[in-house]
Amino acid sequence: MSDAEEILVPLDSLAVALGADEIASAFFDADFNVVRTGSRGMHWLEPLVEVEKEGSRIGFGPIDPDDVAPLIDAIKSGDFAAHPKHLGAIEAMDWMKAQRRLIFARCGVIDPLSLADYENAGGLLALKKAAMMTPDALCAEVMQSGLRGRGGAGFPAGIKWKTVAGADADQKYVVCNADEGDSGTFADRMIMEGDPFLLIEGMAIAGLAVGATRGFIYLRSEYPIAERVLSEAIRLAYNEDVLGFDVLGSGKRFDLELFIGAGAYICGEETSLLNSLEGKRGEVRAKPPLPALEGLFGKPTLVHNVLSLCAVPAIIVDGGKAYAAIGVGKSSGTMPFQLSGDVRHSGLYEAPFGLTLRDLVEKIGGGTRSGKNIRAIQIGGPLGAYLPPSKFDTAIDYEAMIAIGAGVGHGGVVVYNEEVDLLEQARYAFEFCAEESCGKCTPCRIGAVRGVEVIDRIKHGEDHAKNMGVLADLCELMIDGSLCAMGGMTPIPVQSALNHFPEDFAFPSKKRTFGAGAEKTP
Amino acid sequence: MRPYVGRAGGLISALRAVQAEIGYLPSETEGAAATAFNLTRAEVKGVISFYADFVRKPKGETVIRLCAAEACQAQGSRMLEKEVCRRLAIEPGKTSASGDLTLEHVFCLGLCSAGPAAMIDGVLMAKASPEKIVSGFEATKELKK
Repeated sequence: MSDAEEILVPLDSLAVALGADEIASAFFDADFNVVRTGSRGMHWLEPLVEVEKEGSRIGFGPIDPDDVAPLIDAIKSGDFAAHPKHLGAIEAMDWMKAQRRLIFARCGVIDPLSLADYENAGGLLALKKAAMMTPDALCAEVMQSGLRGRGGAGFPAGIKWKTVAGADADQKYVVCNADEGDSGTFADRMIMEGDPFLLIEGMAIAGLAVGATRGFIYLRSEYPIAERVLSEAIRLAYNEDVLGFDVLGSGKRFDLELFIGAGAYICGEETSLLNSLEGKRGEVRAKPPLPALEGLFGKPTLVHNVLSLCAVPAIIVDGGKAYAAIGVGKSSGTMPFQLSGDVRHSGLYEAPFGLTLRDLVEKIGGGTRSGKNIRAIQIGGPLGAYLPPSKFDTAIDYEAMIAIGAGVGHGGVVVYNEEVDLLEQARYAFEFCAEESCGKCTPCRIGAVRGVEVIDRIKHGEDHAKNMGVLADLCELMIDGSLCAMGGMTPIPVQSALNHFPEDFAFPSKKRTFGAGAEKTP
Repeated sequence: MRPYVGRAGGLISALRAVQAEIGYLPSETEGAAATAFNLTRAEVKGVISFYADFVRKPKGETVIRLCAAEACQAQGSRMLEKEVCRRLAIEPGKTSASGDLTLEHVFCLGLCSAGPAAMIDGVLMAKASPEKIVSGFEATKELKK
């Protein structure tokens, strides 16, 4: 073997779904030292194999099983560039260089299940520092950082922390919402698979800050690899006293448990999640009381998305002020944007708030993979708005998105080419809501079903004008009358489709040709 | 059931364990869980019916799950589903008459950036095509023989 030290192959779900396990076995069988890492987020190049040589990481991808034998030859001969899938040094690639990775700094770089690697790469610094700080000082840093909840609502994290810290109770909890159900989002999954100790560290710091001695990660059942990595990481963290009755020798306790959901999108809503974590049906609760005061088992509970908790260690190490200086206006820090759909460069791209949709979709994403024109994007998951290219010069920050009737959500951006039929997408928004509604409030439970029916009538031209009116009314009613964001925001994709793409709701529509009973939906 | 009693979300974890063991939740589970967790049978039934993962009837020997959410739609999942259904002569949400296959919808497997996504008996597949799914199904069936 040459002086190549290590072969790095992702264990990330997406890489595995494209054959990374077979690639890793092939290198292992050829007596290489194989390390499984997270993914770098360049998903159009997965499975992406990296070779470590003289401190530099040289990338090759996408690697098919047939590419392995020639790659082994290239490695042995030392002539890496001879391989057709040679990408050069990973860190020198445009996609990597232009990012600002605060959360994903280690993802794809280290062995996610080596606590030593984590520490060598700057991990645990924040928790060590936090163990010496007072709860007030910790909350103050988070407050000053301007961090807002990354799950979708964008609520200021500092206010939540202070509320839970200030509540008087014999038991408090930190609950991590890892029920990442939004289509087009996978950042939580990637960080849990690629750098699980970061989440554990963030949760332990939150526990010290708000006075909670117990934490739970509520993970969706659709993520079996994340489950395996997290369970092992938690076990290792207990072994090294990162978790347990004496967190890093601070004398403070923090216990952490992994809980697996059972297939319900609504459990990503925090009160529904808490009911589910209590073993009940995941129906939403009316607020108030706020979970910060009466949450899990009626006790004060800090509920945060994975990314919010993963942002905490950087805030504690560099200070809230430094974090607040990143980003724009009231949207401080970085956001891991997730690009998918018909886009050439799909994957995860972490950058400060403030870049435009056009930057993200055209410059970074490189336009469509199919070569067709972009007709729409949907930002923020199933409850997010559909936007036409005329809106692409909008900056991505919480306020600017709200101003155009959209939302950042969890940072997912799905690209649609000219073939998309926005009436079908609006119909799907209702269909999804009908399927996933918890059923507790009427506007959501019944409204979603009626929405599908009304759109079908519009599609077939039955009382067209009248049904367009009914649709507008229905959206308004669901926004005003629903108990949670599921029913309250399902109208967002519908209304945005109606506003920006009215031609798709006309009858007859160019998108659909009717004749001889045959109906064609492209 | 016993190891889960008294734990957070214990009922759901217990039901998951039973289903992992025997593939579905027979009606006896309801009574057993009600007794173990000191709940009414109706409460247990309510929990089982709420979550998509729980089923009260056995599924097919192989389960194919196709992602039906937006990011996969933008990459052709609607056409993929039609074609898979045609080739395997099955409908979404149904089990084949011979019991060898169940086809299910799933909303997001987190593989959005390389869709359409699918899962065959728990094994993830990205950039799924009718050919890949049919051959994956055949290979899975072969392995079980």
